[in-house]
Amino acid sequence: MSDAVPDQIYFEDIEVGDNIPELEKSPTSQQLVQWAAGSGDFYQIHYDTSYAQDTGLDDIIVHGALKHAFLGELLWRFAGPEGQVKRVQCSYRGMDPAAQGRESAQEKKFTLRGTVTRKYSEGERNFVELNIEGVRADGSVSTPGTGVVVLPSRG
Amino acid sequence: MADQEFESVVTDEMRAMIGVKGEETISELTTTSVRMFARSVGYVDPAFYDEEVARERGFRSLPAPPGYLGTPIFNPAESDATFGGRRGAGGFRSPYPLVLNGGTDIEYTGEQICAGDTLTSATALASLQERWSGALGVPMLIQVSETTYTNQHGQVVAVSRGTGISYPAPGS
Repeated sequence: MSDAVPDQIYFEDIEVGDNIPELEKSPTSQQLVQWAAGSGDFYQIHYDTSYAQDTGLDDIIVHGALKHAFLGELLWRFAGPEGQVKRVQCSYRGMDPAAQGRESAQEKKFTLRGTVTRKYSEGERNFVELNIEGVRADGSVSTPGTGVVVLPSRG
Repeated sequence: MADQEFESVVTDEMRAMIGVKGEETISELTTTSVRMFARSVGYVDPAFYDEEVARERGFRSLPAPPGYLGTPIFNPAESDATFGGRRGAGGFRSPYPLVLNGGTDIEYTGEQICAGDTLTSATALASLQERWSGALGVPMLIQVSETTYTNQHGQVVAVSRGTGISYPAPGS
């Protein structure tokens, strides 16, 4: 389990090309049901296997917006308690399955990663742009995107 | 390889909808709804669960995790059971039956979004594009919708862009 609140990182400590701390998720059917309630998206392809199969899917799939929210958490943790998440953008390039039954959640591991692509200041605000992505257990990227955070300065 | 030719399904009437805002939706954020959203993503940061911690961190109340822009006020008598919006609400409807979520882009203005806030949102179709899907062997319609969220003080807090990809059943 990662720290509940990561240590604050400062604008001066960041360089273009830096990889930010990864975040690991293992979505289960239980988490998809929690997400349905939390987000208000009750589309059955995310929790009802027969329904999903009737629409041509192999099985239930992770909500796109949950993958977007995972990337949001990656950036929230990177920005730290004094930072701010300014933008979270991603494309859904493929379906991601969720662990069900006795299946190990680890088999459905979904890793969130980010790399700093640009840093700049506007007035007193310091911005960091990143490439971000959601990566499946087999290493393929299903959810590429970009993000922007505001970081505090040491100055 | 040149795109396969296909017949456009986009009409002048559809193009005329670009930039026209649909009806407003009112969404609420409460301490419980923020906690439910944060739990469902898997957050362990106490700022999303404990109001005292949130205030110490400078928030008015529990902050909205990225991606959470409130829960539309619903009434099962008139709300859609799947997505919660008003049944039969206007807006762009693709002529194709199958839909995939293509992407999400949320940009925040920097105003805090916290439990206790009420957001008013309105969506407009931003663009329509047609492309041939080599993978599916069918034409696709790619629509981008833009939604602006305004808080109870009239401040714009976020703009979200959603990409929807619709297509006919392969082989139909």
